[in-house]
Amino acid sequence: MSTLDYSDLSTVVDEVLAGQAEASRRNRTPQIVKLDRRQFLKATGAVGGGLMLGFATPVAFAKTAALQPNGYVRIDETGVVIYAKNPEIGQGVKTSLPMLVAEELDVAWHDVTVVQSPIDQVRYGMQFAGGSTAIPMNYEALRRAGATARAMLVQAAAKRWGLPADSLSTQDGVVRHANGTESATYLELASEAASMPVPSSASLKLKDPANFQILGKRVTGVDNEALMRGEPLFGIDQVVPGMKYAVYQKCPAIGGKVVAANLEEIKARPGVQDAFVLEGNGNAMDLLPGVAIIADSTWQAFEAKKALRVEWDEGEASEDSWSNAEQQADSLRNEPGTEIANTGDVEAAFAGSAKQVSGFYRYAFVSHGQLEPQNCTASFSDGKLELWAPTQMPGRGIASAAQIVGISPANVTLHQLRCGGGFGRRLYNDFLCEAAAIAKRAGVPIKLQWTREDDMAYDLYRAGGFHQMHGSVDDDGKISGWRDRFITFTHDGRRPVSGGGMSGGVFPGGLVENVRIEQTAIPWKNRCAAWRAPGSNVFAFVVGSFVHELAHAAGRDHLDVLLEVLGEPRQLGPRGMHTGRAAEVVKLAAEKADWGRALEQGRGLGVAFYYSHAGHIAEVADVSVNDNKQVKVNKVTVAADVGPIVNMSGAENQVQGSVIDGLSTLFNLSVTFEKGRVQQSNFDRYAMLRMPEAPPVDVHFVNSDYPPTGLGEPAFPPLAPAVCNAIFAACGQRVRTMPLTDAGYTLV
Amino acid sequence: MKLKINGQDRDIEDLDQKTPLLWALRDELGLVGTKYGCGVSQCGACTVLVNNVPVKSCTMPVGGLTDAEITTIEGLAGEGGELNPVQQAWVDLDVAQCGYCQSGQVMAAEGLLRSNPNPTDDEIDQALAANICRCGTYIRIRQAVKQAAGRMVAGE
Repeated sequence: MSTLDYSDLSTVVDEVLAGQAEASRRNRTPQIVKLDRRQFLKATGAVGGGLMLGFATPVAFAKTAALQPNGYVRIDETGVVIYAKNPEIGQGVKTSLPMLVAEELDVAWHDVTVVQSPIDQVRYGMQFAGGSTAIPMNYEALRRAGATARAMLVQAAAKRWGLPADSLSTQDGVVRHANGTESATYLELASEAASMPVPSSASLKLKDPANFQILGKRVTGVDNEALMRGEPLFGIDQVVPGMKYAVYQKCPAIGGKVVAANLEEIKARPGVQDAFVLEGNGNAMDLLPGVAIIADSTWQAFEAKKALRVEWDEGEASEDSWSNAEQQADSLRNEPGTEIANTGDVEAAFAGSAKQVSGFYRYAFVSHGQLEPQNCTASFSDGKLELWAPTQMPGRGIASAAQIVGISPANVTLHQLRCGGGFGRRLYNDFLCEAAAIAKRAGVPIKLQWTREDDMAYDLYRAGGFHQMHGSVDDDGKISGWRDRFITFTHDGRRPVSGGGMSGGVFPGGLVENVRIEQTAIPWKNRCAAWRAPGSNVFAFVVGSFVHELAHAAGRDHLDVLLEVLGEPRQLGPRGMHTGRAAEVVKLAAEKADWGRALEQGRGLGVAFYYSHAGHIAEVADVSVNDNKQVKVNKVTVAADVGPIVNMSGAENQVQGSVIDGLSTLFNLSVTFEKGRVQQSNFDRYAMLRMPEAPPVDVHFVNSDYPPTGLGEPAFPPLAPAVCNAIFAACGQRVRTMPLTDAGYTLV
Repeated sequence: MKLKINGQDRDIEDLDQKTPLLWALRDELGLVGTKYGCGVSQCGACTVLVNNVPVKSCTMPVGGLTDAEITTIEGLAGEGGELNPVQQAWVDLDVAQCGYCQSGQVMAAEGLLRSNPNPTDDEIDQALAANICRCGTYIRIRQAVKQAAGRMVAGE
């Protein structure tokens, strides 16, 4: 058995992600913490002048007092600053969260400077990027933060003019009296407003959404121009004085330990300053054993790493084999697994059915493939650790790194930096732990840089899986029985890996009378973890396809069966879907895609619905398939109900990107393992979709009044089943293997 | 050695001639807008122009570039700092999600428009096919290239 511990961090992350629906219902009041200027400067990292790395916009500080009623707003005579609390990984929160503040502050968006906030749990609560939670967790709290500052500015104006506060109005950063004689800008009022009492949260009146000036509009990203100028926004771009460049070689089979290495030879190479062994801390999610090389440049470090020869003890290392797992699954699918959910009586339903259908679905492991390889800059001196990290989970990163170097978390400063993609990978801070350990040992600040090959070999993968499906329809053509025998993977022999656990809530649980879900797990050592829409990203492929299989067996239109399964409008449990919202997006997608129209031979439409991350999303794919199994996706139509939209530009971009990412993953992506080692090493064998294959994606939002949710994930899952259903409609072939290239299909 | 980058002569001391241009730009010259993605010319995040032609800087040794005109993302804006039409289209259409690949995408688009100011949709797709965007922003990239081309043809 493995001596490696996988439990610590993955449990934390799972809890956070699983808890997102609950968190979304809590409308947290922002912390009202009055700070003096010195405290604020310290908290926002604006002290120290020269080392304001990661804070691309310098904050100009005026002589007079600033209005800063909370951690989100700062107004003085020089301007309005809004702080963005969460890591930006491409989901757009550095723009969308400050928009919430600006709306209720009633300031013109173009007058706002957005600055990334420091990590401060007291003032900001949880700061992380995961589970599409940023909008639901902050929607009301950040509006209140803006409204608080606005109320203080109005109070200051009322005092200055000797007028009642309720006779004053605000717009675009100006307070005005109703009679039009008095007006003052926020900048003029800021220092007086700073001495007003902070209003109670209950006294704040938030805007009627009908009066929104910023929310729901198309707002372009706050970093767009800096990106176009090539400014150092990302983790990989950071440079600190005296910094060296580090690489770290771990065992190609996870769990292997260093026996010996040609360290003297490496140290003699050009530019190499040092090379040493790290033992690891026994936790696969933190610090694995390996050899660190410190050099004067990234290239010299990379070249030295190529010349590194390590003798590994692979006694306890991974022997994971995908081909073995496939063989195991092929036999396990015929045996009952552990019961996960069981409602009604599936066996009786099958026995009394008109037709029964079986299908064995399988999907491969995939890598995150975020374009910025893992990196972290770290400086350790005098018992203090400073980190510049592109991480989705900075708070946890601080705790882990503190443990690694043996100091209190209070002595760790982490600068959160823009992430070149996340997709779940940077929820795990192994690269950050490595950087901390290397910096401590090296005695100089270092930037740890993983190669792409490192990134692919030491990812925390989305687990592959297998589903032996069996279902039935009754004499009325209604789905009567549904059994999913799921074969997944486990690190500890007890729990399935992160993203590999099913529940009775997975569609169509709660909607079909007789449902049984069984689960069996194959032991696995390579790390598995959250990957864009964990669980949903694969379950949707299986269940969304199998509903169509049953509809076809019943000789009915898939759309009719899908709507029948959804049934009467109702809420399925506190975290479940609302069937009425589901039906509405299904109908909207079908209408916009002109469902039911006559199509030429070899062309078909496919529909799928999936509920995840509190988002109700339906997609219709329009595909053409030729005799050589070449698939052209002509168009994808999406209908989404995620509540009110915060940033229409960002929302549309997320949906289109999710569809394209979904296509890429459906057709092309797979990592395989043999002898514990990942078989793919770079993008030449991990062929992400490129522009010529990207279809038009038509996006429609239902602007409902339900609580808002995020869009980083929920538009991903329905794509795979929609396309597979369309392929079936086009050519009569059911594809039950993902990626589709494994079944002989290519995307053109 | 000497390199001509964004119209300026830049001196780099003690640089191995085999060093890829990418790392010379990033580590030696502090031009970090050019990104490392794969190191094997697969993703295009490191795309720069060499004599107006898009190349993958991650696999191009600096040794052969002493007489070349190299342009990076930092060299596209005008003398007054105004964004060029390609950069401006990227900003206006809000192309980026994570943004990491976008400097390479912009350089590929810039290279296309320098040789073909009015490309067809297919020509845009083919020219940008060397660049991966994991976020899947291709639809807006395509729009942005067309918008930039339109503005350039109109002489804006």
